[in-house]
Amino acid sequence: MPLLDSLGLNPYVTGLIIAIVGIIVLYISRRPAHRAIISLSRVVHNAMRLSAQSVMSVESRLANRNREVLLAAGREAEERMIEREFERIDATVRRDLSEYPALHRQLNEKITLIEDDYQASIEVPPEPPGWLKAVEAVAKIPSKGDPMVGNILEDIHQSLVKANTNAIEVYRKASHKRHDRLKSMMPHWRNVLTVLTNVDKSVTSILSRSQTIDRHMGEYESMVKGTDKAVRTLSSSSLQHFFTSLAVMIIAVGIAMVNFQLIARPMSEMVGGTTSLLLGFQLNQIAAMVMILVEMTLGIFLMESLRITKLFPIVGALNDKLRIRIAWFLFIMLLSLATIEAGLGFTRELLMEADQATGALLRGEDAGSFAMESSISWITTGSQMALGFILPFVLMFVAIPFETFIQSLRTVLGIVGVGSLRAVAWFLRFIGTIFKFLGKSLLHVYDLIIFLPLFIEQKIKSASSDDKLSE
Amino acid sequence: MKIIKPFILGLSILLLLACSKEAQVPRTYGVYMLLDTSGTYTKELKQAQRVISFSLLKLNPGDSFAVARVDTGSFSEKDIIAKVTFEDRPSRMNQQKRMFLEKIDKFVKSVKGSAYTDITGGILQGIEFLNERAPGKKTILIFSDLKEELRKGYKRDIDFQLQGYRVIALNVTKLRSDNIDPKEYMDRLEQWRIRVESGGGEWKVINDLERLEALF
Repeated sequence: MPLLDSLGLNPYVTGLIIAIVGIIVLYISRRPAHRAIISLSRVVHNAMRLSAQSVMSVESRLANRNREVLLAAGREAEERMIEREFERIDATVRRDLSEYPALHRQLNEKITLIEDDYQASIEVPPEPPGWLKAVEAVAKIPSKGDPMVGNILEDIHQSLVKANTNAIEVYRKASHKRHDRLKSMMPHWRNVLTVLTNVDKSVTSILSRSQTIDRHMGEYESMVKGTDKAVRTLSSSSLQHFFTSLAVMIIAVGIAMVNFQLIARPMSEMVGGTTSLLLGFQLNQIAAMVMILVEMTLGIFLMESLRITKLFPIVGALNDKLRIRIAWFLFIMLLSLATIEAGLGFTRELLMEADQATGALLRGEDAGSFAMESSISWITTGSQMALGFILPFVLMFVAIPFETFIQSLRTVLGIVGVGSLRAVAWFLRFIGTIFKFLGKSLLHVYDLIIFLPLFIEQKIKSASSDDKLSE
Repeated sequence: MKIIKPFILGLSILLLLACSKEAQVPRTYGVYMLLDTSGTYTKELKQAQRVISFSLLKLNPGDSFAVARVDTGSFSEKDIIAKVTFEDRPSRMNQQKRMFLEKIDKFVKSVKGSAYTDITGGILQGIEFLNERAPGKKTILIFSDLKEELRKGYKRDIDFQLQGYRVIALNVTKLRSDNIDPKEYMDRLEQWRIRVESGGGEWKVINDLERLEALF
């Protein structure tokens, strides 16, 4: 440049010279330049493709791992459900079928009673009196107008009528007895019916449970086979569980904050309140936080020992006697802390009243208005005490959403990880493709810059080929 | 082992934060209030009671508060009318506030005017008191017309050591002579400002007692 400037040429002429020289240089170095551009774009493209492939292989491993984790979690949940169903069936069988021998005996007794009653109610026609044939023979004796015979026959007739009336009376009494027997059979029938209905209910309950078990077993089998449907179902239910448990835990945090506000100030009556121990928190605030955390921990272990949650398998594996003892111990501890919190709630109200009284004194206000407020303070006192007592037990149930959150978090993190890796792989492929086409475009741009020498070269080549053809 | 490592790391961070310098600075207040009892200024003591009540309302557990009179020789513990460091327990703190107020009330009812006004001695006594209590923020309130009158023989040409102190003059009333020559009043305030600021303190004047929020 300084050389051209020293020649004192017009800038346009200088530019033109530079352009011509540049085009010549580019024309001469066309092939190596093309190779360099192509190789550079290929290097970048291949590097990106390889990176994307390795990212996708990691993604694939992660997806497989997630699938395994998801299926394992699903299997575990199904096993738990099936186990619960079997426990219920066991309870039903124990409750109803354990009484079956007694039930059978009861039915037999009832049936025997019914049979006895039936036997007793069979209608037996009354036996005709023994002297009836003799009477019949006497009645056949011709009277021949003898009044004596007429009188005898009349007497016989009257005796027969009397005997018939007696027989009818006896028969009626016997029928009445039989009807009574049949009547007394009714409660037995009803009893039998009730017993059979109960048996039917139990059997129906067992049948419905067996259907539920069949359904769970079907799901369990599909999980064992590792079908895509099972994975999709588990994945969507995991996401649902994650967000639901997250929402419940946010609510629990709110409850814990209310609890903290309730006990932090009165706690300063116990432990003091001015010493800043950690991150600007005062001693009473730390004590209140520790108390709430202890309550939550006790709640989690109580839930664990009641086998409602399964965060710590060692607790669930304890023998039932020890586990129940631990559960009682934890409950008593929780109850004690809840009682202390109720006491703190009461202290808080007292402190507030004392603050108000001192404040009124310092401001020179009338103490009468304060006294009026005090007359209804028992409502707030009671409310604070009740809150202090109830909230620890409410926080106890955090264990359930916490367990669900922890379990579903694994799946959610896996899904997010797979998604992120896929995004990274797509981005790498995108960059690689851009470089590939950028190389091709650069070749065309290169040729466009040196189009004039290329055009001349082409013309010369075509002319020389024409000459050869003409020769 | 997987859980223990992050747990130990988290615990270490918390301990480091707990031991950091910022956490060691106490967040307490220390207030030393001087009440001018000379001449006609004793009439203003009812106003001073308002300031004391306001301060008691604002002070919290761990804070220190003392009220002392300014008389002929104020560099003396005997001039402290009432002093307190509030306890941690809120119930006890309420009692302390009530007792403090009673003492001040008793003093205001029985106060007799002094012939001289030794403000410098009072400030020196205040510095001594607050240095002993070592609160996080130190404030000296001067409830006076700032007209210092020393008895013969009393030497008060001492430089204050007021690093980390706020000195607030309250209810600086104008004297009759100030009305004749306002420059006197301004010069008086200026002299005190220079004395306090040259000692490393922060100077402030609050004449409107409705603006007491600026005290804390």
